[in-house]
Amino acid sequence: MNIIVCLKQVPDTADIKLDGVTKRLVREGVKSMINPFDMYAIEEALRLKEKLGGKVTALTMGPPQAETSLREAIALGCDEAILVSDSAFAGADTLATSYTLSCAIKKIKDYDLIFCGKQTLDGDTAQVGPGIAGHLDIPQIINVRKIQDIKEVQVTAQRMTEYGYDVIEAQLPCLLTVVKDINVPRLPSLKGKMKAKSASVSVWKVVDIQADEASIGAKGSATEVLKIATPPARPQGKIFEGEGAVDQLVETLKGLMK
Amino acid sequence: MSTNTEYKGVWVVGEQRKGVIQAVTYELLGKARELADKLKCEVSCLLLGVNVKTPAQELIFRGADKVYVVDDPRIEHVLEEPYARIVSDLVSRHHPEILLCPATSLSRSVASRVAVGLNVGLTADCVELDINPEDRGLLMTKPVFGGSYMTTIISRNHRPQIATVRQKSMKESVADPQRKGVVEILALDESFFASRTKVVEVVDEAASTINIMDANVIVSGGRAIAKAENFKMLEELAQVLNGAVGASRAAVDEGWIPYSHQVGQTGKTVSPKIYIACGISGQIQHLVGMQSADTIIAINKDASAPIFKVANYGIVGDVFEVVPQLIKRLQNL
Repeated sequence: MNIIVCLKQVPDTADIKLDGVTKRLVREGVKSMINPFDMYAIEEALRLKEKLGGKVTALTMGPPQAETSLREAIALGCDEAILVSDSAFAGADTLATSYTLSCAIKKIKDYDLIFCGKQTLDGDTAQVGPGIAGHLDIPQIINVRKIQDIKEVQVTAQRMTEYGYDVIEAQLPCLLTVVKDINVPRLPSLKGKMKAKSASVSVWKVVDIQADEASIGAKGSATEVLKIATPPARPQGKIFEGEGAVDQLVETLKGLMK
Repeated sequence: MSTNTEYKGVWVVGEQRKGVIQAVTYELLGKARELADKLKCEVSCLLLGVNVKTPAQELIFRGADKVYVVDDPRIEHVLEEPYARIVSDLVSRHHPEILLCPATSLSRSVASRVAVGLNVGLTADCVELDINPEDRGLLMTKPVFGGSYMTTIISRNHRPQIATVRQKSMKESVADPQRKGVVEILALDESFFASRTKVVEVVDEAASTINIMDANVIVSGGRAIAKAENFKMLEELAQVLNGAVGASRAAVDEGWIPYSHQVGQTGKTVSPKIYIACGISGQIQHLVGMQSADTIIAINKDASAPIFKVANYGIVGDVFEVVPQLIKRLQNL
């Protein structure tokens, strides 16, 4: 079973800043990490590999420093790592990003499953995974909380819904996005960390993945950010104290429920 | 790329479950009507599912001028391939300038496939929509980083402009039984329904409680709740407020309540009218999942807990004393 895991390096939630001029996220000098949902994707891919054999390739698109996240993925047990990185990819929206990643996946060629996290914590879109499936014309199962069964040609998985879950059968190759419920990610082993230090990370540019120049980066994006702002500050809260605190809260709730 | 002027009309992709149109559809129709009135164009609504012909009329009452219905047992459940194929086909034939879809998980998945197939833009999880009077363009505002920032997105050169819209962020349209419109039942050929995924089972969990994405009131518990049995108290409070129960990551990781209730960075992002945080300290990872609630109420022993920084109202006290009192008073109303 050959598996590709798409991951994204994101700034740590507690450490996000906005550039006042470009209105883009400050990526330099900010503590970064692998997007939390992608950690579950990596773990699930590794577990399947351990059970069924094959290999796991970690794939990301990003600036050169995203390599550190790929090394983390290797430390966890991924066999190969590919960084899709080129200044021409900059400014990509979800359409251009999913196109670019799908070009890289076409170059990797030999795969049965693609894992992605449910969504990233910076964009919160949950669009790139399904977008990749769309570009590759393969089926997708989103919000997977359990893989029930996997055969050579078919996967059976539980997709979490707003109401519970659906059991879905899908033909391979298939793209799965995963939620936190699916597993508990491992920590890197010492051996893994050593391996990660010396492992080679392939860097693929536009020509390497034969991407159409008009479909990548800001040029290939169909949406653009007009403005970004902090939401209006929440009003100073009111703390109810003493004997009548609960009564005051009940009165407040009554007013709010009207 | 076509010129924008060939595109006219605001479309809504309706959401139904077991033949019942979901409230988010009416929220979208309310906003679609408002946008269409600004653009002086019509509102159309798509409804896919099984046994949905009769409920389709309600969509006219709620603001649609035209409703396209595909009623077929093969699309009883949401499957991305047939759903995306059907929506894309209709859009390509009718050229709406705006397509609004619910930001529910499955609808987002379908919308993404539609956008890629049509090579157009898609903005996820919008909470505000407006028209730029200068160029008829749609201004799509959405939270990023779980509401730490708000960003306004445009799609200058691609039509339709597609947005998924967060539940509860728009007002439901009111039904007007006098409204007239056309319901068109479509008969589609076999090829539309092909799918490489299949639903083999649908499992409803905790069917008696309201799901947290749809809830107007959420009562959430954190680490201070201390054990699974204590969530019963929160369920009771949620029940008297006709709400749902949420939880912090700590409570879920301890196994006190299923993951489907988790609010926050690795759980769900919710924006109810009232969010009551009980014994939740308010780490940033939790706040990004609920800080866009209209009103936040915090009950916590620790007066310095960060949750009080975002709370509109709070009680500094023991949840095990405050919550039972609260339930009692509310029951006696």
